[in-house]
Amino acid sequence: MGHYLIRRLLQMIPVFIGATLLIFLMVNVLGDPVAGLCGDKSCDPATAAQLKKEFGLDRPVLEQYLTYMGHLVTGDFGTAFNGQKVIDLMSSAFPVTIRLTVVAVLLEIVLGLGLGLFTGLSQGRVLDSAILLLTLVVISIPTFVTGLVLQLLLGVEWSWISPSVSTEAPFSELIVPGLVLASVSLAYVTRLTRTSIAENRRSDYVRTAVAKGLPRRRVVTRHLLRNSLIPVVTFIGTDIGALMGGAIVTERIFNIHGVGYQLYQGIVRQNSQTVVGFVTVLVLVFLVASLLVDLLYAVLDPRIRYA
Amino acid sequence: MRVHTYAIWPALTTAVALTLTGCSGSGGGDGGAAVLSAVWGDPQNPLEPANTNEVEGGKVLGMIFRGLKEYDPKTGKAENAVARSITTTDSRTFTVKLKKGWKFSNGEPITAHSFVDAWNYGASLKSNQKNAYFFGYIEGYDKVHPDTGKQTADSLSGLKVVNDQTFTIRLTQKFSTFPDTLGYVAFAPLPKAFFTDHAAWLAKPVGDGPYTIESYTKGAQMQLRKWDGYPGADKAENGGVDLKVYTDNNTAYTDLQAGNLDLVDDVPAQQLTHVRKDLGDRYLNTPAGIIQTLAFPFYDNDWNTAGAAKVRKGLSMAINRAQITKTIFQNTRTPATDWTSPVLGASGGYKEGLCGDYCDYNPTEAKQLIQEGGGIPGGQLKITYNADTGSHKEWVDAVCNSINNVLGDDKACVGSPVGTFADFRNLIGQDKLTGPFRAGWQMDYPLIQDFLQPLYYTDASSNDGKWSHKKFDKLVDQANAQTDPKKAVQLFQQAEGVLRDDMGAIPLWYQNGSAGWSGRLSHVALDPFSVPVYNEIKVG
Repeated sequence: MGHYLIRRLLQMIPVFIGATLLIFLMVNVLGDPVAGLCGDKSCDPATAAQLKKEFGLDRPVLEQYLTYMGHLVTGDFGTAFNGQKVIDLMSSAFPVTIRLTVVAVLLEIVLGLGLGLFTGLSQGRVLDSAILLLTLVVISIPTFVTGLVLQLLLGVEWSWISPSVSTEAPFSELIVPGLVLASVSLAYVTRLTRTSIAENRRSDYVRTAVAKGLPRRRVVTRHLLRNSLIPVVTFIGTDIGALMGGAIVTERIFNIHGVGYQLYQGIVRQNSQTVVGFVTVLVLVFLVASLLVDLLYAVLDPRIRYA
Repeated sequence: MRVHTYAIWPALTTAVALTLTGCSGSGGGDGGAAVLSAVWGDPQNPLEPANTNEVEGGKVLGMIFRGLKEYDPKTGKAENAVARSITTTDSRTFTVKLKKGWKFSNGEPITAHSFVDAWNYGASLKSNQKNAYFFGYIEGYDKVHPDTGKQTADSLSGLKVVNDQTFTIRLTQKFSTFPDTLGYVAFAPLPKAFFTDHAAWLAKPVGDGPYTIESYTKGAQMQLRKWDGYPGADKAENGGVDLKVYTDNNTAYTDLQAGNLDLVDDVPAQQLTHVRKDLGDRYLNTPAGIIQTLAFPFYDNDWNTAGAAKVRKGLSMAINRAQITKTIFQNTRTPATDWTSPVLGASGGYKEGLCGDYCDYNPTEAKQLIQEGGGIPGGQLKITYNADTGSHKEWVDAVCNSINNVLGDDKACVGSPVGTFADFRNLIGQDKLTGPFRAGWQMDYPLIQDFLQPLYYTDASSNDGKWSHKKFDKLVDQANAQTDPKKAVQLFQQAEGVLRDDMGAIPLWYQNGSAGWSGRLSHVALDPFSVPVYNEIKVG
């Protein structure tokens, strides 16, 4: 297990370097970021040159990348165009998005697993078909439609919630946005769990457990659910990173000042420091999440051993 | 999630009125006059007067700063604010006398140094200020801010402090309306704290306007409060303004409907169809000092011929402005008939119909002119625009449709989108365009000069199409040398005539500013820059 962990951690290094280099190149070959800084006019050449020098944009891209990575080791993510440290932007944005993601993942686990288990056990009944149909509808409607409709209905028409999330973004205000963010994944988790449960229900070990006279509750939780969870855990694990990065739409609709908002601003203003910094951290989140998923397998199924 | 104490199902409009007291998060507790909440966007640059070139940062600076002059929110006329008088005998050297008793909100008195130091800082290449070129008319600018190389002086030689209340400005050329430009925020005075502890000042700017900043959370919100010690006449009529950063204008509009927000100063295009139903007379749509034009690449020889001028005129006549502004913009744009803006007023230089027949839709004559001029250079017209903001695609496609219909050719005109605004600016900066491109202009100060000189004077800072005409330059020079504003305006209009006869750029439409507000507010108005006049808004 220890060896496996070390090997996995070492494997992360080339993935990390490759991913950041790609992002860096993509952002930097897009053009001259300073050009858009002066509003509808062109910057005067002297100021433009000075700004480029200040942000290191006058050097070759590879050199920029190496300097950037060098700074990164010391925790320096550079400065955004509005004079704020990117690290400060992160420290205000990530907690918000993490809270939003936690809400979304919790909803996925509680609702998705719950509904999946329920439908898997009551296959073929009316409620099962109804939930299946519902998940299909959720999957086929884009997130921004769900978001805008919920915002208009709950926020404006019925006044149950505030249509926008306040700056502090406490958990209580993030429930509806979290639901919107989770909606599509939630539907997938439901369907995935349902299929997995339905399949394992007919397997030998479940029949044995039932034949042994174990209580139904124990059969379901210890035997059926545990074995059915492996594909679901894989999905939820990789989904964490996707949710954080994909929050752009949801955050925009509900006025949440998180990672999605900062990324959007960075892209629109072609602010390479912000974009590269945030994407770098997101890459790390992806890598760590997938490592955790792999480690969780052993807990769920002891037959899976790591050499 | 803020749960309301009542759950009723009212119609949209009544919902706004009813829920206001329930959940306007910024409500009160300020004793006396109430505070209103307004939409805001994250400023693009650090908040410094000479570094702010977009409307969001400009809003704040307009609330916390007063300069030598101030533009009347209704007429756009420059009136003295901190200045007692600005006089000249030769339109080139100006003597500025300050009013007594003005101070910054930290108690520091405003002296001639407050202005001169601020301007020297703004002009200096070292300070990286994006509006530095505003000081370009002042003598010594080329030393403080050379085009290439290091600066050889730290202060503008054209600025001289006479005493605490007086200083003089010497310009490099005659410029009679120069005093009227001094209401622009780049010319604001700065307190000593700005220079001694710059970081602290940026975290919480201090100025001399009717409001002070109580708290500023970057990227989230800014709380401004009425400054009781403000010496000016335009004191705040409310207790303060909470500016909230929104990720999307549509969310702000939804919040206004739900009663979480008091003031929205840009009603999104998607909401325009039902804004009247939602807000009734709490909606405003008035012209602003913004004009949209099509500029041409005159560095491309194909566009710089005598025939091409005819083609440009023909193209202008092929655009059905009235129809496009009505169907695409829901009448939030007004078809342009000159190259300025109605906010200038007739006395300020706006002349309705100056463009004449060339701005009227006339398919037969348009086709004839284009053919006489030798057709579209290169066979196809490509209109370049940036696709990331401002829904430019819709109108560019409409303009092309209009032209294609006139020419009876589906491929005569196509839109050519560029991904981001920065890329768009890049292409323009490198003279890489071969066809017309969108050129929006938002005025810096309400003067006819600002609509003509920076855009069409030879080698001017924003003359992106590189249009050049000797007669135009000469008339602008003459206008600047006039001491009588009336004559100056006449000469500028003659110059505009030269621009028209060569169709140096096709005027499309004037842009309006819009605003929507909650039932708590009254006296809401937009100034000529389409920024709300915050200090005049009454709450409750």
